[in-house]
Amino acid sequence: MTTTMIFAGSGGQGIQFSGKQMAKTGMYMDKNVTFLPSYGPEMRGGTSNCTVIVSDEEIGSPSVSNPDLLIAMNLPSFDKFEPAVKAGGTIFCDSTLIDKKSAREDIKAVYIPATGLANENGLAGFANVIILGKILKETCIFDYEAFTNFLVSSIPATKAALIEKNKKALELGYNY
Amino acid sequence: MKTVFDRPQALTDVPLHYCPGCTHGIVHRLVAEVIDELGLIDTTVGIAPVGCSVFAYNYFNCDMIEAAHGRAPAVATGVKRTHPELTVFTYQGDGDLAAIGTAETVHSATRGENITVIFINNCIYGMTGGQMAPTTLPGQVTTTSPYGRSRKIQGSPIRVCEMLSTLDGVALATRVAVDCPKNVINAKKMIKKAFQNQIDGKGFSIVEVLSTCPTNWGLSPTDALQWLRDNMMPYYPLGTYKDSEAVRDDA
Amino acid sequence: MAKKVLMKGNEAIAEAAIASGCLHFFGYPITPQTEISEYMAKRMPKVGGLCLQAESEVAAINMLMGAAATGSRAMTSSSSPGIALKSEGISYIAGCDLPCLIVNVQRGGPGLGGIQPSQSDYYQATRGVGHGDLRLIVLAPSSVQEMASLTAEAFDLADIYRMPAMLLADGALGQMMEPVDFEAFPKRETPEKTWATNGMHGKRAKNIVNSLYIDPNVLENTVRERYERYALLEENEVKYEEYMTDDADIVLVAFGITARICKSAITELREAGIKVGLLRPITLWPFPKKVLGELADKTKAFLSVEMSMGQMVDDVKLAVNGKKPVHFFGRTGGVIPSVEEVVSETKKLAETL
Repeated sequence: MTTTMIFAGSGGQGIQFSGKQMAKTGMYMDKNVTFLPSYGPEMRGGTSNCTVIVSDEEIGSPSVSNPDLLIAMNLPSFDKFEPAVKAGGTIFCDSTLIDKKSAREDIKAVYIPATGLANENGLAGFANVIILGKILKETCIFDYEAFTNFLVSSIPATKAALIEKNKKALELGYNY
Repeated sequence: MKTVFDRPQALTDVPLHYCPGCTHGIVHRLVAEVIDELGLIDTTVGIAPVGCSVFAYNYFNCDMIEAAHGRAPAVATGVKRTHPELTVFTYQGDGDLAAIGTAETVHSATRGENITVIFINNCIYGMTGGQMAPTTLPGQVTTTSPYGRSRKIQGSPIRVCEMLSTLDGVALATRVAVDCPKNVINAKKMIKKAFQNQIDGKGFSIVEVLSTCPTNWGLSPTDALQWLRDNMMPYYPLGTYKDSEAVRDDA
Repeated sequence: MAKKVLMKGNEAIAEAAIASGCLHFFGYPITPQTEISEYMAKRMPKVGGLCLQAESEVAAINMLMGAAATGSRAMTSSSSPGIALKSEGISYIAGCDLPCLIVNVQRGGPGLGGIQPSQSDYYQATRGVGHGDLRLIVLAPSSVQEMASLTAEAFDLADIYRMPAMLLADGALGQMMEPVDFEAFPKRETPEKTWATNGMHGKRAKNIVNSLYIDPNVLENTVRERYERYALLEENEVKYEEYMTDDADIVLVAFGITARICKSAITELREAGIKVGLLRPITLWPFPKKVLGELADKTKAFLSVEMSMGQMVDDVKLAVNGKKPVHFFGRTGGVIPSVEEVVSETKKLAETL
C-alpha cells in the first residue's frame, strides 16, 4: 500500500512538523517513506507545504501531482491543491481558517475547526496536531496508539508539558 | 678548515632563475637561513605563488605546494588547519598578494591564521614582463601604464602592511628592505620573528620586503637599488606597523 | 536491523563524510546546500574536526587543496554558481593529483538562475569543471541513502585513483528526507599517501605538490600518466542501475531524482502494457557506455529524461552510437518533471515504434 500526502498552509502552522512526524512514524513502522519540503524564500513566511509518501513498496518520485490526502490549513492552499487530490482521496480542512467547502463529489472532505479547537482548549499552536489526530481517525494509515507513542518518544522528557499538549491535541482531533 | 659561508640546508643545490640584481635570491636565502636556525626543515611546508617565484618549490628544501595565483594564503590555511604542528609559510609577490589574492590575504589575516607570509613588493608584475601592479607607484611607467600610473585612472597603490595592521588577527606586520647590509640584517631579524611567532602560536605574521626588478624597471642593479630608496621608501616607509599577538579572546 | 534515521539529503552527506573520516570541511553558504555547512558547523567540533567558513568559494576550494595536499580527507560543498567559482581550484587539484570531495547540490541556471532543483550542471561536472585535460569522478545519488553511501564511496575512489571526486546532487535530494542507514555501506582499502606534503620528519626527501610543467613534453607525459589512471577507473568503477530493461522496447535513461520519477512512470506505463525500462547511471563519469551499447542491441529506442535542456543525452547518443534513436525530454529552470509528463512523453514515443 502507498499513501501520498500533501500538507499545506502558512509558515508557522507546523506544516513541516506534521509531515515529518508522518514520515518518521512510517520509518519506525519499517515502511519506505519520503518527505519533500518546499524550500527557499517561501519558507521564511508565506506559504509552506510538503509532500509525504508512506509505502510498502520502493518509492519512486518523491513529488506527487495527485495526492491521496490533502491537509489544507489556509485558503490559498485549499484553492491550489484541492483540485489535484486523487479521486477517492480525502482532504482535511482547518475550517476555522478555510471558509469554503469542496464541490467535488469524488473525494471525501473532512472539515475540522482545528485552530478554533486549539484556542478553546489552551492548545494554541497545536492545530496541526489536532488535524493529525483526525487523520488517524479517518484513515487507516497508522494505528493511533502507535503514532502517539512515537510522537511522545520524540519529545525530550524534560518537556513534559509539551508531551501532554501533543497527547491532548491528538485526542481532541481523533475524537472530534 | 672552518666553513664560514655555506648554502643553507633549506635551499636546494639548484641555480636560481632570477634576473641579475633581483632581490629574490637574497630573500630566499634569508628564509632558508631562518628555517635552518629554527630547526624547522623537517616540519615546514612552503607555498609558492604564481609570479617570478613560481619555481620556489624547486629552491626550498622542504615540502612545497604550488598554489594558484593569489590563493596561497587559502592553501596555507588548509595545510595549517589540518596540521597545526607544521610550520607553514607563503612566499608571494605584489600582484599575487595584493591584487588577485586580496581577499585571501585579508581574510587569512583577520582569521589570525597562524602562518608566516613573505611578501615581495617590487611595484611591478615581473613574470609577465613589467605590467602595472597594485603597488605600482603614482607616475610609474609600466607596460600597462605607459603614460605613468594615474591616480585618476588606475587609482592609488595599496600599502599592505598599514592596511593589515588594522586587523585583530595580525600578530606582525612589518616592512623591510634588502638594499644594504644593515637592512638585510634587519630583514632577517624580522623574518625570523615571523617564523618564531608561528611557533609561539601568535597568529598571522607578514614581512613585506621592498624589492627590485632591474629588468622590468629598465635599470642596472645598482641604479635599481637607488630607485627603490628614492621612490619606494617614501611611499612605503620601512618599519613595524604591528607587533603583538592576534586577538583570540572569545569574550 | 541497523538503526535508521530520517535525514535531509544534505545532512546525510555531511554525516557520511564524517563517518568516512573526513574531519575538515571548507564551505561558503549558498542555497540549496547550506545545511551541509550548518550540519558540519554543529558536528565537527564534537568529533575533533573543523568546519571553516571561507571568505568565498574560491578560498574554500583552495583551503581544500591545502588540506588534501597534506593527505587529510577533506571536502567542500556548494551549489551551481558556487561550483563555477571553484572550477579554478578544481583544475589545480586535478593537476596536482589530489584526492578530495566536492559536492554540488545543483540549482537552476545560468547566472544567478534560481534555487530550485536542476541537473543543468551535467556538462560542467563531466566536461567543463576546470581548464585543461582533466576528469573528475562524478557520482549521482538518487536517494538520501545514496547521498550517504556515495559520499563514502567518493572518498575511497578519490584516494584510490588519486583524483578529485564530485557528488552531483540537486536541490530536491538535498532538501528531502528519507531514512538512512549509516552502517549499510562498505569501506574500501585505500593506498598510503606517500606523496603528501605533511613534513619530511627526517624520513624522506621533500615532496612537491604542483601542477606546473614548463616543458610541454613533460606536461604531456604527466597528463598521459593521469589518463592511464582515468582508463583504469573507466574499466573498473562504472556504476549504474538497470530497472526492468530485460524486455523493454523503450529504455529511459535518467540519473538522480529524475530516475525516481522515471521509475514511478514505468510502473504506470507497464500497467498500460507498454514495455519500458530504466538505465540509471550512478557514475556520470565514467559514463556507463558499455551497458548502453548492449541495450541498444535489445531495445527499440531510448528516452533521456533530465532536468535540463538536454545534456546527458549527448553521452547517451555517443554510447548508443546511432544503433537506435535517442530522444530527449526535460524540464529546466528548477521545474521537476512530473510522473504524468514522463508517462505521456513515453507513450508518444511508443506510438512511433
